[in-house]
Amino acid sequence: MNTTKNSTLRKMLTRKVVRLGVEGLKTPQEVIAYGGSLLEQAGKVNRQYITDMISAYESLGPYIVMAPGLAMPHARPGGNVAENGISFLQLKTPVAFQHSFNDPVKIVITLAGASDDGHIDLLQDLSSFLGGEGVIEQLSQITSYEELMKII
Amino acid sequence: MRILTVCGMGFGTSLMLLMTIKEIGKKYGAAIEGEAVDLGSYKGKPCDLIAASGEIAKQIQTDVPVLAIKNLLNKADIEEQLKPFLEKKGE
Repeated sequence: MNTTKNSTLRKMLTRKVVRLGVEGLKTPQEVIAYGGSLLEQAGKVNRQYITDMISAYESLGPYIVMAPGLAMPHARPGGNVAENGISFLQLKTPVAFQHSFNDPVKIVITLAGASDDGHIDLLQDLSSFLGGEGVIEQLSQITSYEELMKII
Repeated sequence: MRILTVCGMGFGTSLMLLMTIKEIGKKYGAAIEGEAVDLGSYKGKPCDLIAASGEIAKQIQTDVPVLAIKNLLNKADIEEQLKPFLEKKGE
């Protein structure tokens, strides 16, 4: 349906950066670190970027929980991002980020933008995909990578 | 009209929100000039309206109206909150 529209997301979400039914993460910090570590392993960001995302959460608060059940951790590039990237986590046990109305978090899309505005297209794609009716609910129920690719 | 969108870094959610707002503006034929900024730099920037996620809006001190958006992906909800300002402007 949205083949052309979301081809960027599809290309970015390789198996390497997607984890479904993730268990054992209990705090927002652990969640952000795990989402970030997938980007690090994929060569998109360095360790400092992960530290920056965690400090951003701690100092700026839980506003990265953008919609019910969905968090999008990120930090400013600060030279720590090699290229734009996203990783995808589906949490088996939802984690509270202390957000006033959008907790608990089930889906985590960790975002890295390489420059101040080079990620605008990516943000646009994410916003139009994730803003679709029932998409977050669907994402929290899929059980395979193939299903994810079907939805995107 | 000039709208500032604010988030913690002026880099993620505020940019997303700004794109959504501009899209809605187009639909209403309203010329929207906007800028996405961080919490440290919205003050002193002239604007008619500020929009931010609910969590960030709490921290904004300003004389202009502030739209507190609960769900940043819900375009219908953002449109609902933005509409009165766009319609007023068009009169």
